Amino acid sequence: MPCIEARSLRKAFGTTVALDGVDLRVEEGRILGLIGPNGAGKTTALNAILGLTPFQGELRVLGRNPWTERDQLMRDVCFIADVAVLPRWIRVSQLLDYVAGVHPRFDRAKAEGFLAKTTIRRTSKVRELSKGMVTQLHLALVMSIDARLLVLDEPTLGLDILFRKQFYDSLLNDYFDRSRTIVVTTHQVEEVQHVLTDVMFIDRGRIVFSCSMDDFESRYLEVAVRPEQLAAARALKPINERQGIGRSVLLFDSVDRGQLAPLGEVRTPSIADLFVAVIGNQSGQVSGAAR
Amino acid sequence: MNTQSNTMAESFETQKTAPATISATRTFYWSVRRELWENRSIYLAPLGVGGVFLFGFLLSLVRLPGKMRGLSALDPVQQHKSIVSHYELAGGLMMITTLLVAVFYCLDALHGERRDRSILFWKSLPVSDLITVLAKASIPLFILPVITSVIGAALHLIMLLLSSAVLLGSGMSAAALWTRLPWFQMSLLLLYHILTAHALWPAPVYGWLLLVSGWARRAAVLWAVLPVVAIAGVEGIAFRTSHFAHMVGGRMIGVGAPSNAHTPDDIFPTNPMTHVTPGMFLGSPGMLIGFTVFAAFLAVAIRLRRYEGPI
Repeated sequence: MPCIEARSLRKAFGTTVALDGVDLRVEEGRILGLIGPNGAGKTTALNAILGLTPFQGELRVLGRNPWTERDQLMRDVCFIADVAVLPRWIRVSQLLDYVAGVHPRFDRAKAEGFLAKTTIRRTSKVRELSKGMVTQLHLALVMSIDARLLVLDEPTLGLDILFRKQFYDSLLNDYFDRSRTIVVTTHQVEEVQHVLTDVMFIDRGRIVFSCSMDDFESRYLEVAVRPEQLAAARALKPINERQGIGRSVLLFDSVDRGQLAPLGEVRTPSIADLFVAVIGNQSGQVSGAAR
Repeated sequence: MNTQSNTMAESFETQKTAPATISATRTFYWSVRRELWENRSIYLAPLGVGGVFLFGFLLSLVRLPGKMRGLSALDPVQQHKSIVSHYELAGGLMMITTLLVAVFYCLDALHGERRDRSILFWKSLPVSDLITVLAKASIPLFILPVITSVIGAALHLIMLLLSSAVLLGSGMSAAALWTRLPWFQMSLLLLYHILTAHALWPAPVYGWLLLVSGWARRAAVLWAVLPVVAIAGVEGIAFRTSHFAHMVGGRMIGVGAPSNAHTPDDIFPTNPMTHVTPGMFLGSPGMLIGFTVFAAFLAVAIRLRRYEGPI
């Protein structure tokens, strides 16, 4: 059974179409990055998955309909919707009491263990903690819940680089065990590239690109082409071209590394560069190829 | 690192064997606890009012021996009134506090969590909207009246003990106080009165306020009051009557609730004769209509909690 399965998922707010027939399948044990520009429908898609908004079309999360079965689903799903959604008036100890009280899969000892590694005190109220500490606290709670799906919507927004790095390190080392599934949206694409197993681009309510990271690394190559080789390189039909320092950087899809090596320095592109190529061009070429 | 991952693996094992559900009662209990953590005015407000009242009462104790000496000159009804008046005032203050706290609590109950976006956190836990809203409704309907009644009873007891000490200190007997003011009976009557006249009778008002707090994006007070004013205004212009305003007002302050009281002076809880039995109270048409309206408002509030996100 796939962890998340959506077929022609649609959602409109008045005349604005937020999700325009999304087809999506996420298997268990994957770490999926959902990348898209502002207003592309990322948060709407996640809200539908989490049972926070009604939708049209078909959507099953862990075999359940999230809109009609949110409370049962939340036994197996955790989410950090945003930074700073923990109630500001609550004390850390009360938060632990409450989650332990209502969540059957919460391991309090584990949460205490995670918190012991931070400077967060049990008697503090959330409003007295810094933004980074609130995220640490939320992450400690979520990582102590034995869930099957974890959804993260811009979990590190507004945090400094140390906290951001620590966030993903904890997630990988202390939480992810290959039987769980993680879906993450973020604008800081470079920071999650090494974390992900799969990547999807969403634009104007549609999934325009979907690929596993293994495929990504074997299919896409980026070459910093020497000026004299530019014409030869262009003949190999790059999917994108941008100006680097003194050189043009060309992005190729499914072109043999041996063919590219003579043209210049070959490397694996960043997700961000491919994102710009796919979303920026909107030629349909890449998305067609990726399907 | 190894030992750590071992212990983690073990904790996964133990979790897998643990039951994967938590009873609705337990979820409800923790949902109520969270309301009490968030809204400390539920117990701080009556405590504060009680404290201030007690201070005033302390000052009045100076005159108590003189008052008791002059008591024999009065007729029995005046005697009774003179002794119980302070106690009735204390009970009355607790009733007003119940009303005020309940109104402000309800207006914020479903609005506050949307305003500070914490609804996204609450909804990430396996707690249904039904249980959440029922837990919130239980505050004005049950939790708050019990708290104010207990504080009212404690207030009465402290007043009785202080008065007795003053009377004994000035060489008088305190027996008259304790026979006129049977504390245990008085406390039970206060609880019964607040629960019926100030919690169950106004239930439709509380239901309406919960609904508005789940719907309004801002200025919940305004949206709660405006429709009432509008309906009362239309009624006044069209029929030159004010039934609606009287009905709403009566629900709020406990007027019109089933009772045996004939004059406003009778309604205080030290008078056991004014109260009707629970069966008569709950079975009265006014209560049945009230419950129906309350249930309808609450159903809408539950639905709103499901649809509405942060604002």
